[in-house]
Amino acid sequence: MNIVALSGSNVGSKTRTAMDYTVNTIAEKYPETEVTLIDLADLEIQFSDGRNFLDYEGDTKYVAQTIMDADAIIIGTPIFQASIPATLKNLFDLLPQDGLRDKVTSVLVTAGSLTHFLIVEQQLKPILSYMKAQIVQDYVFIEEKDFHRKEITNDNVLLRVDRLVEDTVGLTETYMNMRKTKEEAYGF
Amino acid sequence: MENYRIDPAKGMEFGLYTLGDHLPNPIAGERISAEQRIHELIKLAQLAEQAGIDFFSVGESHQEYFATQAHAVVLSAIAQATEKIKISSSSTIISTSDPVRVYENFATLDLISKGRAEIVAGRASRVGLFDLLGYDLRDYEELYEEKFELLLKINEEEVVNWDGQFRAPLKDAQVLPRPQNGSLPIWRAVGGTAASAIKAGYAGVPMYLAHLGGPVASFKQAVDAYRDAARQSGFDPSTLPISTAGFFYTAETTQQAQKEYYPHINEGMKLTNGQGFPKQAFAQSEDLRTVINVGSPQQVIEKILYQHEQFGHQRFIAQMDFGGVPFDKLRKNIELIGTEILPAIKKHTAKE
Repeated sequence: MNIVALSGSNVGSKTRTAMDYTVNTIAEKYPETEVTLIDLADLEIQFSDGRNFLDYEGDTKYVAQTIMDADAIIIGTPIFQASIPATLKNLFDLLPQDGLRDKVTSVLVTAGSLTHFLIVEQQLKPILSYMKAQIVQDYVFIEEKDFHRKEITNDNVLLRVDRLVEDTVGLTETYMNMRKTKEEAYGF
Repeated sequence: MENYRIDPAKGMEFGLYTLGDHLPNPIAGERISAEQRIHELIKLAQLAEQAGIDFFSVGESHQEYFATQAHAVVLSAIAQATEKIKISSSSTIISTSDPVRVYENFATLDLISKGRAEIVAGRASRVGLFDLLGYDLRDYEELYEEKFELLLKINEEEVVNWDGQFRAPLKDAQVLPRPQNGSLPIWRAVGGTAASAIKAGYAGVPMYLAHLGGPVASFKQAVDAYRDAARQSGFDPSTLPISTAGFFYTAETTQQAQKEYYPHINEGMKLTNGQGFPKQAFAQSEDLRTVINVGSPQQVIEKILYQHEQFGHQRFIAQMDFGGVPFDKLRKNIELIGTEILPAIKKHTAKE
């Protein structure tokens, strides 16, 4: 199983902190999985101009290809201006319209307060659905007060991240098996 | 129809097209040389002609895993190796080419082939050639529209006066040589959406409708929209031919055809488009109501005739060599087309 942990912003450190914890959790609990952390803050990504993702170059091609190769994607995102960051939306725009077909996605949000709790429901999930992802329904919402000096200090959050990881791996296994059974039945 | 060298009384035409892809055979895991691939294409056109197939076309794609970027050159060799089969591009990317040069090439090809050449002009689904040839992707739409218009004008007028955005103006220019009968059939390539088909209708040019898969009904919408748009623009749709083009593969049984062809489509799509072809969509090709013509000869005949009934098109063009299909299998396909499929299709679509 190939999981990509995506830190979807190039501003701030909280999402990255949460993704680091998530990646460590996966590595510890599911050593047989392959995990790649992509932090958009570390990369030079160009804006989508509508071409096929194979036609981009450099970091843009790397990120698009890595996501397309993944079985599961754990998306970490802050909330900016009552929405997901442009960096994250741009990443979706780089991919084919059904680019998340046969992939499981789960979401982890960092935000100043609970005010924008429904942004995931209203803005992120519709995009993931449109791109044909299988979505882990529960997501983890982490507030500013749950962090202290680049660490998550709220045990409740840590437990929820652990469960998100478990759900992501479980759902991915389930879909992989389901697809395998279905495809084997075709006889070609 | 006669402007486009098509006689519907003889029944629907059947053609082959190749994108000239140079992909590994996923079963053998090996890739033949580009030289061998090009020579096999020339041989394929000869075999197609011998089997009574009406049309053979070669595409250009400027990226890894393709071998016929200079498709007019390959077509020229095919022209010399054959005598009666119609030959064409499928498609010529007119957006990034000079219409004058394209016309010179294809008019020459028409003379070499003694009046068998056609042009299908498209606008590229992959855009690597924009960088390669020095064009700006932001001009994607406008480049295509302007250059396609110029190509048509050169075809229609012996002396051209023209002024545009992407090329030096033409003043009393003669584009030579002229094709055998003064003009060439020029088709507009359409990717399958009604929006794109409508543009071909407005221009009053024949439509070459490509499809990868999906229901016949959705392509019928494009066909209907095309004819409506042509009518609205003052053209008579009954004078404008339509061709459809898509995946095709036949073997003794439907199951065998699916089994043999699927790995080529799936692995080929992964390498050239980044995503495989979903097994479910491929499996659905068994259904009469879908456009992929893969199956036993009988199944394929039924499907093509159903599409003909729905679209009323004049030509179907099969893509059977995508993704490193070995030559012996292509030969077998042509044999089944010649002995079983073509006679049935001609019989049922000829107008006495």
